[in-house]
Amino acid sequence: MLGWELPPHNSGGLGVACLNMARALANQGADIDFVVPYEAEHPEIKFMKVLSATRLDPIYRYGGGAYESLKLLEKIIPTIDKEKLVSIRDIQKSYCEFVEKYLMEFKPDVVHAHDWLTYEAGVLAKQKFNLPLIAHVHATEFDRAGMHYGNPLIHEVEREGLMLADEIIAVSETTKRIIHEKYHIPLSKISVVYNSLDENYDTAKYTFNHNAYNYLKNLKSAGYTVVSTVGRFTVQKGLHNLMRAAAMALSKNPKLIFLFAGDGEERDELINLAADLGISKNVIFTGFIRGKKLRDIYSISDIFVMSSISEPFGLTALEAAHHGDVLILTKQSGVSEIIWSALKYDFWDEKKLADEILAVASSPALKETLQQNVKQEYRKISWNQVAKKCLKIYNKTMKHKGFD
Amino acid sequence: MRAICLYLHIHQPVRYREYSIFDVSNDSNYFHDNYNGRQSNERIFKKVADKSYRPMLDLLEKNMQKYPGFKVSLSITGTWLDQAEKWAPELIAQIRRMVKQRQVEIVGETYYHSLAFFYNLDEFNAQVEQHVRKIQEVFGVTPQVFRNTEFAYNDCLAQWAEEKGYKGILAEGWDKILGWRSPNYVYRPAGCKNLRLLLKNYRLSDDIAFRFSNRDWKEWPLTVPKYQNWLNMDCLRGNLINLFMDFETFGEHQWKDTGIFNFMDHFISSWLSEYENKFLTVSETCDIGEPADEISMPETVTWADTERDLSAWLSNSMQTSAMNDLYAMRESILATKDAGLINDWRYMTTSDHPYSMCTKYWNDGDVHAYFSAYASPYESFMYFENVLRDLDYRLSIAKK
Repeated sequence: MLGWELPPHNSGGLGVACLNMARALANQGADIDFVVPYEAEHPEIKFMKVLSATRLDPIYRYGGGAYESLKLLEKIIPTIDKEKLVSIRDIQKSYCEFVEKYLMEFKPDVVHAHDWLTYEAGVLAKQKFNLPLIAHVHATEFDRAGMHYGNPLIHEVEREGLMLADEIIAVSETTKRIIHEKYHIPLSKISVVYNSLDENYDTAKYTFNHNAYNYLKNLKSAGYTVVSTVGRFTVQKGLHNLMRAAAMALSKNPKLIFLFAGDGEERDELINLAADLGISKNVIFTGFIRGKKLRDIYSISDIFVMSSISEPFGLTALEAAHHGDVLILTKQSGVSEIIWSALKYDFWDEKKLADEILAVASSPALKETLQQNVKQEYRKISWNQVAKKCLKIYNKTMKHKGFD
Repeated sequence: MRAICLYLHIHQPVRYREYSIFDVSNDSNYFHDNYNGRQSNERIFKKVADKSYRPMLDLLEKNMQKYPGFKVSLSITGTWLDQAEKWAPELIAQIRRMVKQRQVEIVGETYYHSLAFFYNLDEFNAQVEQHVRKIQEVFGVTPQVFRNTEFAYNDCLAQWAEEKGYKGILAEGWDKILGWRSPNYVYRPAGCKNLRLLLKNYRLSDDIAFRFSNRDWKEWPLTVPKYQNWLNMDCLRGNLINLFMDFETFGEHQWKDTGIFNFMDHFISSWLSEYENKFLTVSETCDIGEPADEISMPETVTWADTERDLSAWLSNSMQTSAMNDLYAMRESILATKDAGLINDWRYMTTSDHPYSMCTKYWNDGDVHAYFSAYASPYESFMYFENVLRDLDYRLSIAKK
């Protein structure tokens, strides 16, 4: 398996999904070597071998990133070691070299590559070693760029990887459609395999610390409704629409608090927008959070909004459902394809979003029904099912080896 | 004599549109969506008129002209009549012709197809009376036999109908109630003297209404000789077959290309080709003889789902709170004596509204388990509540 990150060295959902998928596959008998582009300990991973392609520290794995210039990065993180900061293209090159060396010695049955970052290495495995390639699409550049064009170089890498892959796994029908329409890949080559919630999510020791957000707790007992959103503050997430909808909703019901949990390049813009709309008092920015703090956010919230312009899957919605939040999802999110007990809207339809927030805030009956019903369905998909589907797809590519 | 009592139910709700909280107190248009909108009553009515009402009424009228003994009973809701007057008045004229020929009998019910019986008896009486007046005005007849919305029936309802002087009442012929008894007889409801109870033969009715076009059904395709054979067999347990179903079975639930119209056409003539076979209207059926037995249904029984209860309308908290909020407004709404406001409020009592908030099957993602005008039960509830908010706002204005 070719990946870019694994917890605890992850910045988002990609690492979490890879870890859970690999664990479920290992449980069903798959023998996995997982390549990451950095060198670090993964003390909790015992079911597979994690191989480091470079000796980089994990924080440098995205290098300069696909978007930021070196100069900008120096500004943002003054402590960063300039010597170690190579461009992401250089890291990908080293990654490929490592994979090539590795394949000289070992012959896996299939190569499973996660997202564009690893597609070049995957294509190399296919071309030079004639191994079946499975390209797993967690997100495309179109998603990341909010359906605008994005980085042409990344498009090129994605296009090549998707064209040459034997099979493609998309995390939702939405993503499948994008792969088909934007990259002109035949639908027959693309299978949809939805993500699932972490197997250990229920069992993991977590108790809500009721003192974590005393300020919010006070507001709640005064009749406030807490609306939260979690994610990177980037164009893909449609947060401007959410902010404007928040202002509309507040004009009808001032007892609403909006929690924006996360960080990203849009943070300052969003803070400005809230001020321009005159709703700063009702908008809270928490900064980047993870783990228990994130769970506290879910727990204190009444409503979780996924406002993404394009969201291949949207695991955070399942996490929020687990903590009893009412879900409001854009129809452009993959998770909305499988969750029925949620309110939905088109990402641009700010009025409808405001309507939905107000309806939940004003009706205990609606809130209760949504909470109860979503609890019955958020676990519909398990990682074991995901692994079974993956194995089937592997077998399809290994027909030449007598698998059927 | 062997008789079929064919009863068809004609109804369209007046759907509320996606009524936003931002419309409340600004725009009291709840019921007129854009023509191409999802909740456009006009578009839906015209579509069903073309697919079902018109061809089926033509079929019925043609057979009535051919066979003076062919008779049908119809229940027609006030909300259907209101819409037909606007968008297809010729349908009303056609039914009126058949009523004049005494080959169609009109069955009584609530004007607004509501569940008012379970919430407010005064409101229930008012809606039944409004329906009676409307039927008299449009068709010149007075209903003799009663059916409640969704066939929701219990002993109390029977007592009410007896007091009001109805001749008969319709209900589901549910096995759990009947036990070894057959629905093919006229019964007397518990505690009643003169009232007669007609029970739906749900197997033979559902063969047409639900299973007719189902290719997974082992009896598919259903032919007239086969069906007639089943009827003959069923007559061994009583010579009365009560076929009760939605009018829209013909053309809307079972599309024209399933052959449903041809089936019905042949079936009518085939049934009447035997000298002892007849079609009876509901009030004629009440007169065919003494009741076979007394039947008691202390719990409410409906014609819906396998449970035959009201759970599709009134089980989750959205449904119950929507209905409680709605009926709680009644006295103040009536006190305004504002006919427009009262009518708008009454349109909200239609049972289709809480039905569209049903989540029983929703979690399975089986959207096709039932048709809904709304994207989800939750949205339906949202818009319903917003309408109530605007009604509340209009009340506060009226009080000033």
